[in-house]
Amino acid sequence: MPKVGLFIPCYVDQLYPQVGLATLRVLRRLGIDVDFPEEQTCCGQPMANSGCAEYARPLAERFLKIFGKYDHVVAPSGSCVSMVRNHYAQWLEGKPDFDHLRTTTFELCEYLVDIARVVKVEGDFPRKVGLHMSCHGLRELRLGRSSEVMVKPFNKVRFLLGQLRGIELVELTRFDECCGFGGTFAVNEEAVSCLMGRDRIADHEKAGAEVIAGFDTSCLMHLDGLIRRQNKPLRVMHVAEILEGARLS
Amino acid sequence: MIGHAEKAAPFVADEQRVHWHDQALWFVRLKRDRQAESIPEWEALREAAAAIKAHTLSRIADYLEEFEHNASANGIQVHWARDGAEHNAIVHRILADRGFTRLVKSKSMLTEECHLNPYLEARGIEVTDTDLGERIVQLRHEPPSHIVLPAIHLKKEDIGELFHKELGTAEGASDPKYLTEAARSHLRQKFMAAQAGLTGVNFAIAETGGFVVCTNEGNADMGTSLPPVHIACMGIEKIVPRAQDLGIFLRLLARSATGQPVTTYTTHFHGPLSTPGGELHVVIVDNGRSAILGQETFRRSLSCIRCGACMNTCPVFRRSGGYSYGYTVPGPIGSLLAPLRDPRKFGSLPFASSLCGSCSDVCPVKIDLHHELYAFRQELVRQKVVPLSKRFAMAAMSAVLARPWAYRMAGSLMRGIVPRLPRAFGYGPWNAWGRQRELPPMPQQSFRDLIKKESK
Repeated sequence: MPKVGLFIPCYVDQLYPQVGLATLRVLRRLGIDVDFPEEQTCCGQPMANSGCAEYARPLAERFLKIFGKYDHVVAPSGSCVSMVRNHYAQWLEGKPDFDHLRTTTFELCEYLVDIARVVKVEGDFPRKVGLHMSCHGLRELRLGRSSEVMVKPFNKVRFLLGQLRGIELVELTRFDECCGFGGTFAVNEEAVSCLMGRDRIADHEKAGAEVIAGFDTSCLMHLDGLIRRQNKPLRVMHVAEILEGARLS
Repeated sequence: MIGHAEKAAPFVADEQRVHWHDQALWFVRLKRDRQAESIPEWEALREAAAAIKAHTLSRIADYLEEFEHNASANGIQVHWARDGAEHNAIVHRILADRGFTRLVKSKSMLTEECHLNPYLEARGIEVTDTDLGERIVQLRHEPPSHIVLPAIHLKKEDIGELFHKELGTAEGASDPKYLTEAARSHLRQKFMAAQAGLTGVNFAIAETGGFVVCTNEGNADMGTSLPPVHIACMGIEKIVPRAQDLGIFLRLLARSATGQPVTTYTTHFHGPLSTPGGELHVVIVDNGRSAILGQETFRRSLSCIRCGACMNTCPVFRRSGGYSYGYTVPGPIGSLLAPLRDPRKFGSLPFASSLCGSCSDVCPVKIDLHHELYAFRQELVRQKVVPLSKRFAMAAMSAVLARPWAYRMAGSLMRGIVPRLPRAFGYGPWNAWGRQRELPPMPQQSFRDLIKKESK
């Protein structure tokens, strides 16, 4: 039985604990041995994306020390997993356990589909759902086909959610356009960021979505901030929260 | 340094125009998707194009010399320019030596980069841009806002107004066909009167010593077949080794640029006109390119074939407009090329991206644009171009996050204090997040508090 280290991104830990709990429950219900190492804090992405690689380095080193010993690491975030997989090498290349860490750190949906081999999702979710394909999960982890690349269509998140009874995954006009969060971009380029976010919400609204579902809480936090300011009757949910009530096998 | 966000502000303020601009470019992106989809080997083409470009850049000096040798044998006069100033002087000398005062130009981003037009105009030469979009922005005394669609920031009503003033079209007329006809007869006069024609170069072929110019309007062909003298200007990176490589690049270029299977006119030049006085000059320009070639991390940006697909797909470009970048080449590729030239002046551009990666996926030569933008951010901090306040904030954040006890304390303080702040304070002008967005919920307990109650 592989031992899974649960990696809960810092802002999920502090602001969206229910997403962390849902992730934990989804994994445990599959009978997976999950451990939450308490020394964990942040993967270092905010610093690295701001160009401050040197300030991200100690966090990357800590991450390796904390998570390097697990068989698998799973996180409910595409962006933070991409940080480990695509950006840690600049500091950790050649260090013991790093190759193992890089190849065994997974975003929740890809873990469920590729590693836990979930083929069946049983449960009810009688809602119209718009799927927000966050950029890093899509284009850095390839959770699905991005609209630019001409390969056979696939989508691991849709594969999971689409099996729920009563769910209607609505068709968006631009299914993989960025929501404009982009980390510090959200405040450095506030005007463009919010324009992007409002356009995304409008697309979901037009398609009749009641729920915007995603696998990156950061994008959802940005969209939810806009939705609540405008008192729109939409809600955002992390995929883990939707799968929490289902039986996966 | 005025940053991208400040420069974008006037464009962003007109939300209706932003939506129109976004839709216009998205329409081009969708056309590109349909064309790319129709080619089963699309991804293989991109791979091949990237490999050919990488190979060519690895021995670019050899290929340029091979080109010079073969072009000279074809009767083409080859000139070398170290920078924009040398380039402008060479073009001017060719014209001045022959007593020419009237030049027609087809699209060339290189001459924009070198500011050739004002240089020649100051020396008594009438320069007419003959690409319709280029002519529009020239009449408005503006630079192009997009490398393929130079006037994409303008609506047909704006152009009707401009043409009424400049070309005497009927007041209030905005019918595109009518306006295009007016431009056509106006430009026809310029073609007939021109003494020399200048074009850019899409691909120069080392093996044959010839080159290819792609346009949709046929203006390059008019400008190089009516006047006897043709001057073609190219950056060093425009070289490809073999004629057969065009079979890859021409298939990618028009599909990526405008969603056409091929450009309407794809003209191969392999020597001067055989008419009396026929001359063909090629000016090969470095202007900072070899310095980029020397930087391993950013070298691949020289593979760019200037299709503009990264601009059309970029969600930021579509909403901030080309002028917000303040450089000849805007959008994701410009956000690398500009700071590579001047990191202080253009230091905000690598941050004018959500790093969504759409540019990298759409790029026909597979430049890893968003990763290079990410890498350039690190470079800007190393060069201390990023303000100290920002670096300090990141240092402080890192110091907290590296200590679990400090992280826990900071988190619980934030969750305890923020909900108790008076709204006017929490959403004061210092809170850029809160201008249009609510702050995230501040739960009483964190995940690590709650997991203790979770049964195994």
